[in-house]
Formats: sequence, C-alpha cells, structure tokens
Amino acid sequence: MRLLTFKGGVHPEDKKELAGFAPIERIKPPEIVYLPLSQHTGVPSKPIIEKKDEVEVGMKIAESNGKLSVPLHSSVAGVYMGLVNYPHPLGGRKLAMKIKVDPERTEEWKSEEKEVGTLSNKDIIKIVKESGIVGMGGAAFPTFFKMQPPPDKKIADLIINGAECEPYLTADYRLMIERAEDILKGIDIIRRVINPDRVWIAIESNKMDAVERMKEVSSSYPSFNISIHKTKYPQGSEKQLVQAVKRQEVPEGGLPFDAGAYVQNIGTALAVYEAVCYSKPLYERVVTVTGSVRDPSNFLVPIGTPFDYLIEEAGGVIGTLMKVINGGPMMGIAQVYPEVPVIKGTTGILIQNREEVFSGIVGPCIRCAACIDVCPMCLMPTEINKSIETENFDKAEEMGVLSCMECGGCAYVCPSNIPLVQQFKYAKNEIMKRRK
Amino acid sequence: MLQLSPAPHISSSKNMEKIMYGVVLALVPALVGSVYFFGWRVLFLTALSVLSALITEWTFQRVTHREIRCFDGSAIITGILLAFNIPVNSPWWIPVAGSFFAIFVVKQVFGGLGYNIFNPALAGRAFLVASWPSLMTGNWTPPIGGTLSGLSNLDGITQATPLTLLSLSPRASVIHALNSGTMLKALFVGNTGGCLGETSALLLLIGALFLFAMRYADWRISVSYIGSVFAFSGILYLLGINTVNPTFHILSGGVMLGGLFMATDMVTSPVTLKGRWIFGIAGGLLCVLFRTWGGYPEGVSYSILIMNMFVPLLDRLQPRVYGRSK
Repeated sequence: MRLLTFKGGVHPEDKKELAGFAPIERIKPPEIVYLPLSQHTGVPSKPIIEKKDEVEVGMKIAESNGKLSVPLHSSVAGVYMGLVNYPHPLGGRKLAMKIKVDPERTEEWKSEEKEVGTLSNKDIIKIVKESGIVGMGGAAFPTFFKMQPPPDKKIADLIINGAECEPYLTADYRLMIERAEDILKGIDIIRRVINPDRVWIAIESNKMDAVERMKEVSSSYPSFNISIHKTKYPQGSEKQLVQAVKRQEVPEGGLPFDAGAYVQNIGTALAVYEAVCYSKPLYERVVTVTGSVRDPSNFLVPIGTPFDYLIEEAGGVIGTLMKVINGGPMMGIAQVYPEVPVIKGTTGILIQNREEVFSGIVGPCIRCAACIDVCPMCLMPTEINKSIETENFDKAEEMGVLSCMECGGCAYVCPSNIPLVQQFKYAKNEIMKRRK
Repeated sequence: MLQLSPAPHISSSKNMEKIMYGVVLALVPALVGSVYFFGWRVLFLTALSVLSALITEWTFQRVTHREIRCFDGSAIITGILLAFNIPVNSPWWIPVAGSFFAIFVVKQVFGGLGYNIFNPALAGRAFLVASWPSLMTGNWTPPIGGTLSGLSNLDGITQATPLTLLSLSPRASVIHALNSGTMLKALFVGNTGGCLGETSALLLLIGALFLFAMRYADWRISVSYIGSVFAFSGILYLLGINTVNPTFHILSGGVMLGGLFMATDMVTSPVTLKGRWIFGIAGGLLCVLFRTWGGYPEGVSYSILIMNMFVPLLDRLQPRVYGRSK
C-alpha cells in the first residue's frame, strides 16, 4: 500500500484512542448559549432580531454583513436576551448573542430529503451562504466564497480533507464512520459546483476503518478516490495535502487553487449536504471533548454551548484542571475562561491537568537543526528566529516567515523549548504592520 | 487559575540534556578501550579534564551572573573530548589548561553554549599543541603490551606512532609494513600509540552508531568527512604521491575521532543538509592536504577548525522554501 506524504513533519502520539471509540452523542442543550457574531474569517454578522424575541432552532438571527461574511442561526429554541460582550475562544471578548434556552422546544432538525437535481450551481452557492456554512476544520473560512474561485483558475483536483492530523481529535473520524453516505452526498454536491477532473478523499493511515468505510460507500461514485496518507502531522494542512496528492506545490503566498486544487473538510461536506438537501443551516457541530476528562466524547453540540458545560458532560476533569484548549494540542488556543462558547470552527476541546501540562525551560539554541528537518514549508526556523531576535524583519521575510502556517512542528521538536511559533507570529504581525 | 501558553501544548521527548548526555554515553566505549590500552592514568587525566571544564564553566557563569547551567552535559563532553586529544604521558596540568582554555576562551567568551564558533575541545587542543608542542606531539607511550607503531620488530623503529612514521619519509620496508593487514587491524582495534581516545576506530564507531541511531549526530557529516579523507588520499595514493593506502589514512590519527565526534558537534557544524555535505567533504580534503604537505603529521584538528569558520557561510545555503519559484 502506497502512502501519500509530504516533506518534513512530526510524529506526536496521536492519542486518538481516548475519544475515538465514542460514538457521536447529541447532548441536551445548556441553559444559555452565547453565539458570537464573529465565528468566521471576514466581517462579523449583524443581528436582525430584537431583545426578548422568541427564537427557534435554525432561525436566522444575524445576517451577513459584507462580501466576506455569512449569516448566523440560532442553535436552540428560546428567548433572545440581547448582545453581550463575552469571552471568545479565539481570544479576548467579542459581541455575542445571548439566548436563554427553552429545552422543551429545542428539537432535532426535521425535514424531508430533497433532491439536488434541478438546482443550479448558483442556487447551491446561495444555499451554502444562507446556511452560514464555513470551513469546519478550524479555519472557518466562508464556504460559499471558496466555492467561487476566480474563473481563470481551473480546479483539477477536489481534495476532501479527512486527515484530521491533530492528535487527540476524532470528530472527523467519527463522522466518516457514522455518516459516510451523507458525507459522500455532500462531496458530490461540492463536486458539481467545482467540476474537478478528480476527487480525492484524504485519510491518514491511523484511521484505516474510516478508509474501509469510505471505500465501501464510495463504490457508487466511480470518480471518487480514497487516498491513504502517512500518519504525520501536519498532514491535514491544505498545502501539504496538495503536495501529497498532486506532487505539486502551492506557489508562495498563493492558495490551493493556484495549484489547481480545492481542499474542503469532511465536516464541511456534511454541512453542505444537510443545507442543500434538508435546508438545515449550520447551527450545530461535532466537538471532541478529550484529554484529562473522565469520559472522552464526541458530542453533537449546539453552537454557542459553553466549554465548561461540555467538560462536565464528558464526566469532568481528572486531577487539577490546568489548561482548556480550543482545538488540538499542536495548534489549539489555551483559554483564559472555561466558559467560552463553541463556535463553528471548534473541532475539539482538549483538557490538560497538572501532570500533562508541558512546561519546559527555555534554553539556548544548540543548532541541532531538528526544526529545519521537520518544517513542512522548508523554512529554517532557528535562523529566522535569530533575525527576529535582532528585529531584522526584512531578513525574516526574505527567509520565508510569511509562509509559516504556525503548525508548531518546530517548537514541538526543539530540545531547548524555544517558543518559535510565537516568535514567527510576532514577526508576521510586524511585517504586516509595516506594509500598511 | 488556568495556565496560558502558546501552542504547541505538547513537546517531543527530545531535550538538550538528553542529547548532551547521549553524546557522553557514546564516548564511553572509547574511554573504556583507552583504559584497557593505556592504563588507569587515562581515567585520571579524563577526570581532571572534565573537572577543569566544569569548574571553569561554573566560575564563569557565577562571576558574570549568568544562569548556572554547567551540568547541561556540554562541558562534560568538552572535557572528555579534550582528554581524548592528549597523550597519556601528559603531565596533570595539560588537560587542566586545555579544558580551561576550551571553556573559557573558546566557549564562554563567545557567548556560551550555542554561540561558540569553534569546537571547544579542538580549539583547546590547538592551544595545547601551539603552547607545548613537544609534550603534545613528541611524547608518546605505547599501549600496554604493544608497540607505539602497532608493529613489531620494525628495524628497530619503535619510537613513533604510525602517522609519525609516515611523516619521516620512511624506507620501502616500513611503507610496506604500514600498508600491511596487520597494521590496519591494529589501527582498527586501537592497539597503537596515539592520543588516548583516538586509537580505536572500532570503539569510536560503536559510540557513533548510537549517536546516529538516536539522531544526536548527523551521519552525513561523518560519512562525508571520512569518505572525503578516503577518496582524496586514495587519489593521491593512485597517483603515487601518497605512499600509504587510503584505509590507513582513515584509521590512523584522529580521523575517526574527529569525523565521528568533533565535526558532528551540532553547535559548530552547518544546519542544512547541503551545508553538512560540503562541510564534511571540504574538511576531509583539507585534512589530506595537511597530512600530505603540511608541517605536522596530523591534519584533522586544523581541517575541522578551519571548516568551523565557514559554517556561517554554509548556513546561507537555505533550502528552497515550499512554493517559492526556483
């Protein structure tokens, strides 16, 4: 079996066994949900309801507010309590719509399946936009926008990202096992719009049962290929997937369509299917709650559910709670407030207790070059860091710091625990500030 | 109170101390072999050298109000390697002075671990050779129960190591003996005269294989350096300029010690793959040039020290960034 791969990368323990066996479970809604207006890349949505208004599950409560923006839907039935400044999982406090939940009226989405049949591409894109769909692998880029690449860019390969390379996370894996048919229908809808020459479903080799499951179901879609990828982080990064599948690089500063590729996450494909065939907007998602919790789980949760509620649903913390992370251990963001809400891009919640929290003492660079060996973008992290230390941002830019996707591979292997990613974020910020 | 820190939130098991003490461990076979060949004085000199390195580092860090990190393992490596580079006959103050120079001048004055340009142990050796040449290059002791040259009954010549013999424009019979299988076997096992840690290619290789397996050293540097010595001395041998075969060259003197443990020092070798190949090949070439036409019988230390100076330049051989046009 030939495994596809990319250059560089690291091999952290995948820890998928913690939550991997837990079937997706719908949780009972919390008492209150907080729906931030900014859950996607682009302009925040604009509320269209008034305080004290009654809301229903899936009701549009904020509209898209600009070219790169999507509407927001209520994830529960209840009463709108107004706009509040509330902690946001990506940092700081942001405006969020507070809704008091009425558990009686909060029900599962029910609708007859509709045929895609007569819908035009334009119709589909409109539905995707109106359903508030964004990339669900974490980046939360509005999907309708991505579905309209510049007309001069021919998309040869549609790559569906089921790599889920972040350790611990199992949301996409569970979806592939449990919702394979629906995912494929979603992929087929995206295929109709994008019209690629080939369709790839990329899965890492540590999820062979997902591979088998997808193979089984995809037999009715002859143009779909399942590509098995080496279990290596960051296999699920867009540019690395393009490199692995097409043996071609995305030009520096470019996007996958510059290399004739279109990458979309498994969860997004499912959301597209549910939006198009069931008119169901994106108001809930699968979130892996894992790490030091008693019952690591994959929950289907209403967007806006506070993290601490989910941690309790997963049996509570084992030991002393030290870190609550939005996302996985490699790129996730450590939270200040455990009551932050789940947003559309929340793939998982990782809990670390005192024993698991890593805190290494920073030492001098001993030039071991491990960071250079693992960088999937072929950068020289230690050398770039040296130019950042001397505030030489031109040099850092020349050495390609803007290509850094902050995967964290370099910091992960650094024997001296140098916070390389943090340095690169700082440098990127400085370079962008100077351009303005 | 929740802990905040930037991603990643996990770390690989590799850490600096582990790497450093891994290198120390890799030097143990050669050290044990050296005690076997040259006696207990080896341990005495090595201990003095390590102690001198540690005390110098501790004192420097203390006096300059730096964090005391003399036990990170790097000073111990320098101490052992410096001892490996002196004759077993050396007076006690030779390793003390060498390690002091290595740590104080070559390492700490340049900024400490990670910032030194030259391999401290090699520069320490260069300092000793320049200061006390007769003690460092004319003061050999044969291994216990063996001869200095590793050969027996060689027309009465016993007062020279194999490399020194070679540099004395020897007679045909000597050259014949140097090219013999007995000679090569003695060099491989380590049963000849020389600095106390350099004689046994076999034991050095065992340690180095461990380093390569653990990725504490890059095999490319060793392969390119030793391979380059072999290739260039082989060419000179075929041209009739060199009288001994290339296998003699890579097994004699400090080629193994230098190529496996000194050139591979992370701090003073290039960080890119391309740079490492060039570093090794050019270093090997220099070594052969020094041995063939230089004033000293040995050329390993200077070849590596000179290549150390080229490291900042070689580090500019940046790999092509993903997606950047060629």
